[in-house]
Amino acid sequence: MTDASPSSQPSLRIAEEILEPSPMAKLRRRIFKNYSFLIGAFILVLIVSIALLAPVLEASGWIQDPYAQDLSKRLNNPFWHEKKFDADHILGTDKVGRDYLSRLVYGAQISLLIGFSTMIISGFIGTVLGVSAGYFGGRIDMVVNFIINTRLAMPVFLVAMAAVVAFGASLLVVIMVLGLFLWDRFAVVMRSITMQARDLDYVKAARALGCSTPYIIVREIFPNVLSSLTVVATVEMANAILLEAALSFLGFGVQAPTPSWGLMLNEGREYMFFSAWLLALPGGCLFLLVLAINLFGDGLRDVALERER
Amino acid sequence: MLVYALKRTFVAFLILIVVSGLTFSLSHLSTDPALTIGGENASDEDIEAIRILYGFDRPVYEQYFSWLGRALQGDFGESYHYKAPVVEMISGRIGTTMTLGVAAILFALIVSIPLGTVAAMRPNSLIDRFALLIAVLGQALPTFWFALMMIIVFGVWWRWLPISGNTTWAHFVMPTIALGYYATPALMRLTRAGMIEVLASDYIRTARAKGLSPTSILFKHALRNAIIPVVALAAVWFGFMLGGSIVIETIFNLKGIGWLSYDALLRSDLPVVQAIVLIFASFYVVLTLSADLLNAYLDPRISVR
Repeated sequence: MTDASPSSQPSLRIAEEILEPSPMAKLRRRIFKNYSFLIGAFILVLIVSIALLAPVLEASGWIQDPYAQDLSKRLNNPFWHEKKFDADHILGTDKVGRDYLSRLVYGAQISLLIGFSTMIISGFIGTVLGVSAGYFGGRIDMVVNFIINTRLAMPVFLVAMAAVVAFGASLLVVIMVLGLFLWDRFAVVMRSITMQARDLDYVKAARALGCSTPYIIVREIFPNVLSSLTVVATVEMANAILLEAALSFLGFGVQAPTPSWGLMLNEGREYMFFSAWLLALPGGCLFLLVLAINLFGDGLRDVALERER
Repeated sequence: MLVYALKRTFVAFLILIVVSGLTFSLSHLSTDPALTIGGENASDEDIEAIRILYGFDRPVYEQYFSWLGRALQGDFGESYHYKAPVVEMISGRIGTTMTLGVAAILFALIVSIPLGTVAAMRPNSLIDRFALLIAVLGQALPTFWFALMMIIVFGVWWRWLPISGNTTWAHFVMPTIALGYYATPALMRLTRAGMIEVLASDYIRTARAKGLSPTSILFKHALRNAIIPVVALAAVWFGFMLGGSIVIETIFNLKGIGWLSYDALLRSDLPVVQAIVLIFASFYVVLTLSADLLNAYLDPRISVR
């Protein structure tokens, strides 16, 4: 026997196991090694706290009322311009003299609200469809597959615009329409993961023990799909935020005077030749928020996948 | 194989019927087209007469089946606003949208395949990280905002490119980039992943051992295999791009069918919207159906399942 590796001796193997960092410590180490996760989480926490604290910021005088118009101060420049700059409005004012900074801050609320609510609705629909198709298979799978393919064949943006025309443009309608449309990725991913989980030994064991189907789905299958569900949720949240902005930009989304970033881009468009910052600022915010969500989601996937290995 | 192909074609056809039925009921249940046709000055009697003339007094499903029957014969009715046949309005504009879509997908492939290949040749190198950075930033960039920023920089400040219209090739440069870059991150990641897998395979090692030149191995042996899924994904993206063309055509005033659908929705011109939804859906269905059938032809195991 010339095997010199120390782990081959049982006593040493146990010693190694004891000295090994705990699973939580390992998870912590993975999270702090993952820059994409850290950067994304940092920006995301920053934007979410600013959005949540907006009323507090307004009450304490840090930002102003996003709806208050001042026609004597229309289209004031932000601080990097010397001409037509007013220290009261460090990021300038829009075409009716509303403070641009407070509109951007409240715009974050709208984007996050739409992204989050859409994600909850579509996540629920997609998970129910995907898990039932994956778990039951057969006819149910065939029907769900047909529903998924029908949904994929619908041009989302065009049909969403048509639905907004039909039901009238408002925040609620945009949330409902996007929520009812963006469940496809949830359903596809949940279906395939549930199919794999269905054949795991402990799920078979639960079935053999006579556990009820709802119990198996909730207690045995669901914990398996949870990490993928979170990753898809971040992707769809970013997607919903981008779609709302595009809809509002074309005038088929949130209506004035709501401070939505997409609507601000729409309103700033006629002044784009002389005041490009009117477009640069809300678009930049949108870019930063989506970037943060994507980085967070990518990082989450890496952390979750490594755990499964 | 034949049975499989017939089955898939039938399902694809069924999907189109459901999609058009859903859009039809969505638009006809909630708005009153008679009001749109009559205009603001029409009296109540006029509206009633229009309702009977166009058959809006009949149940929605009856209206849908008569629409479907005519649509199958290539008759999509008449625009409420322009009073012109929808088929003529669309056929005059679809060329612009197709040109834009094809140019955009070619742009995406021309950027993503070389970048993905170079990144795969040296994983974790500087150039690989640079490609990843482009992918991450590109995925978060809102298409319509990118288009507006390009207009400001290249159209207004530097005056390199025209910002509106579709008369010359130069008018297509910015719309192509704006629409095409969005597909680039996904295609690039797939090229990179495919190339890394292929380059580690046995037949590449054999080719290296035979002493073939690195260029010949890369282009003749590796890329040719890695590129197949990329092209399949590009076909799916082409379908998505038609949807994206609505915003891009509106911004650049490119009067294709994307612009037409925006214009028709503003005017509640239902026959036009209805026809464009069906065209976009057909594109998606035909593209995925061909991809499925091609896959089944290349891998006979699929059709047996």
